[in-house]
Amino acid sequence: MSEPNTQIALTLNGEPAQVAFAPHQTLLEVLREDLGLTGTKHGCELGECGTCAVLVDGVPVLSCLVLGLTCAGKSVKTVEGMAQGARLHPLQEAFADLGAAQCGYCTPAILLVAEALLAANPSPSRDQIKELLAGNLCRCTGYIKIYEAVELAAARMRGEKAEPSREAMYGRR
Amino acid sequence: MAADKTLRVVGKAHRKVDAVGKVTGVLKYADDLSLPRMLYGKLLRSPHPHARIVSIDTSKALALDGVKAALTGQDLPIPFGILPVSQDEHALCPDRVRFVGDPVAAVAATTEEAATAALDLIDVKYELLPAIASPEEAITTPEPRIHDYGDSGNLHKVINLEFGDVEAGFAEADHVREDLFFFEGNTHLPMEQHAALAEWSADGKVTLWSSTQTPHYVHRALAKVLELPPARVRVIACPNGGGFGGKSDPFNHEIVACKLAMITGRPVKITLTREEVFYCHRGRHPTLMWVKTGVTKDGAITGMHFKSLLDGGGYGSYGVASTYYTGALQTVTYPVRRYKFQGARAFTNKPPCGPKRGHGTPQPRFALEVHLDKIAEDLKLDPAELRLKHLVPPQSLTANYLRVGSMGLGTCIEKVVAGSGWRQKFRKLPLGKGVGLACSSYISGAGLPIYWNNMPHSGVQLKCDRGGGVTVFCGSTDIGQGSDSILAYITAEVLGIDPFEIRVVTADTDLTPVDLGSYSSRVTLMSGNAALQAAERAREIIAPHAAAKLKIPVSELVFAGGRVFHAEDPENGMAFAEAVQAAEAAVGTVGSVGSYTPPKSAGRYRGAGVGPSPAYSYSAAVAEVDVDPDTGIVRVPKIWVAHDVGRCINAATVIGQVEGGVYMGLGEALMEEMVYRGNRNVVHKIPSLLEYKSPTTLEMCDVVTYIIEDPDPNGPFGAKEVGQGPLLPVMPAVANAVYDAVGVRVDEIPVSPEKVLKALKKKAKGEAPRVGPDRFPDVPWPEPTRVATPWEGGDGKGEAVTAHAPERQH
Repeated sequence: MSEPNTQIALTLNGEPAQVAFAPHQTLLEVLREDLGLTGTKHGCELGECGTCAVLVDGVPVLSCLVLGLTCAGKSVKTVEGMAQGARLHPLQEAFADLGAAQCGYCTPAILLVAEALLAANPSPSRDQIKELLAGNLCRCTGYIKIYEAVELAAARMRGEKAEPSREAMYGRR
Repeated sequence: MAADKTLRVVGKAHRKVDAVGKVTGVLKYADDLSLPRMLYGKLLRSPHPHARIVSIDTSKALALDGVKAALTGQDLPIPFGILPVSQDEHALCPDRVRFVGDPVAAVAATTEEAATAALDLIDVKYELLPAIASPEEAITTPEPRIHDYGDSGNLHKVINLEFGDVEAGFAEADHVREDLFFFEGNTHLPMEQHAALAEWSADGKVTLWSSTQTPHYVHRALAKVLELPPARVRVIACPNGGGFGGKSDPFNHEIVACKLAMITGRPVKITLTREEVFYCHRGRHPTLMWVKTGVTKDGAITGMHFKSLLDGGGYGSYGVASTYYTGALQTVTYPVRRYKFQGARAFTNKPPCGPKRGHGTPQPRFALEVHLDKIAEDLKLDPAELRLKHLVPPQSLTANYLRVGSMGLGTCIEKVVAGSGWRQKFRKLPLGKGVGLACSSYISGAGLPIYWNNMPHSGVQLKCDRGGGVTVFCGSTDIGQGSDSILAYITAEVLGIDPFEIRVVTADTDLTPVDLGSYSSRVTLMSGNAALQAAERAREIIAPHAAAKLKIPVSELVFAGGRVFHAEDPENGMAFAEAVQAAEAAVGTVGSVGSYTPPKSAGRYRGAGVGPSPAYSYSAAVAEVDVDPDTGIVRVPKIWVAHDVGRCINAATVIGQVEGGVYMGLGEALMEEMVYRGNRNVVHKIPSLLEYKSPTTLEMCDVVTYIIEDPDPNGPFGAKEVGQGPLLPVMPAVANAVYDAVGVRVDEIPVSPEKVLKALKKKAKGEAPRVGPDRFPDVPWPEPTRVATPWEGGDGKGEAVTAHAPERQH
């Protein structure tokens, strides 16, 4: 951390917040180092892997490429802001149910990108999910459980009583 | 035995015990940790592939505001390395650098910016040495040596083993075929960059939190290099943000962080940049292979001779084991009556290669499965039928003395053949579309430890609280594969409690008994068996006191649903907590231990330590491809994969591992490669996530997964591995499918568009429609160690030419 000689006010996970930091710091650094929100991860700090994605005014951005300063007055959402009190977000439930988080390191960013996707399109096709998540690398899952979890969460958020398919959980025998 | 009962937890699909921590972002990875007064450490890395260090001056760096300490190789003179036979690394190079990225100095500063700026102020004078860029060059350039040890010149390791008379095998054959293959190097690319946080306390103890797959080996390396009693060193492996073998060695930055903390008296964190992760590497060895096989008309293998040449990079790492692994598992899928293996690993001036998912076996498996595809075509046999006719029988011993237990490969082949519509598609699809089949096998843990000892490979301590809570302590490390959860499910199964009420404490050398680490697909089998034993012992402690209270015989007691009760009269029972209280009142604190040591292996020859395993998993895959004949681009719409896992502990985790293995195999098959600039500069061409191509959602194929459960008597509840095996058949299945689609052979991995196009152009010109290596260089092989096969009455020992103790590694 450098000299915290800049201060901004923003909405952070739905609450008003103020934070002081050095002007060259990225949003990623401000979140992790100045605000202690380490749920946002990093994989390259060059905008290549999608691991640090957060929502700024509802839009996914790579926090490693955004200066903290540019977030003054904006609404920033991180994985820490997804659950409603003690109740997990339907995406979080679905990712846990399906094992869509293996090592879990790319998970926070993918959850947020998926949340933005579902806000814009409550019934995305598999191809639309792939298209939207193409900027987020995951080395563990092969993405399949992630698609299935997004679809499961979407169904539940539409009010359907959805459960993971037997094949998703047990494979074919 | 617990496995005989109806299983309540094992085999079902569950959440992982850490799932909520992962989806909420609460789980702490190593770089998420920070401590008061923490300093930031940075390593200065060599810009030269091979050079002598003439001098290092850190005085200007030390004078920079905020810089608290600087280190060079002189401060950490003791060498280390993962294998006892390759203690060839230093935390900071003392006199010579061996690849671009080899660290020479380190600093600690109050800010990351100051630490980075300080690196620019370190003055290093180098005297450049000629660099070796390939194994072929290493063979022809024995001097100067990259290391002053190894089997000869710049060959780190040369192996020559013969099981039975392979020439006699070729003489018996109806058909003999030779092929050459090359498998390019690639890397693990975990999404988390390695990070380490060290704390030194004034009472002389050091604690390291690190993203490591092997805290036990890091513990040993730290004690050695820092010259501290092991009892004063504590290593805690944080949850790994992916490992895949890339975090299995003790690393420079881990040792340096500790040393900087010891000097400054303040916590020090070092987080590698993505570029540095590419330099740490330890990934797949680039491997050139030659294979000659004799077969009868119906495809039975009468003899096989396999040669491999591995590009090891600048250090030993796991390389001796990797080299043996390129020759070890050819024999466990199809019977090989006589087998000869020659393997060599060269030192080159590149980042060190080591164990990546499949460790040394994906390269030969690719070669063998494409070679068999060609043999099947020569013999006019369907490649699936050829394999089905010649399967290693279960409960048998191979030519190289590997003991096969349960063996579900036949069922695996039948499932993917039926599911993919193989018989309607193979050699019948229109130009540009094709299917390919391949099989494989992998170890469920190595039979021998990395350093010689006769202690267990995995230990568990179990504590039962009078409130009914159970805590499992185990040294195993969760790298995303779900090993923490496995401990909970198995303990829950035996004690009849809810797995989500079990507290799991893992990967902490102060708190947990040793588990050797998350490598060689060993953890479910070994820590699972240790947990099973500990839980059964706890039940034995509790049961008599619960039975006495219920006034029934112990044999009629059931532990299930959080209760302990009479099998015939479930109403007659008590809560598990009450049962623990009864036992605690009678015998005191209730706790137990369990441990696991693999069975002794049958081979006694030098090199017999690599390959034996308590159990082998089996996989088969069919890949379907679309090849664009104009661009050479290969698309894979779908892969059918079947995996014999013995028994699922958590079905959902098994599916996840299979899909993830197929994904990683697809990346290797089509695009992933470590590329270096030529002209002996040996500079890494692509040390970034953008340039190192890996599959995104847009390249990933659909996967149809078949789970085969053929329980192995050595596995907990019959379980075998799933973390690595399902990757193996993907590369050869894709290569075979490309041939089916457009009639050209790309005998190299990755099967990239330019290679396919080159082969198609050769085909159009009437040349041999193949791209791949055309020669295997002359290697100075040692005299062969001759081992009589079991069916020749052999006892597993090698002929007296090299009568050393077996090498034991992984």
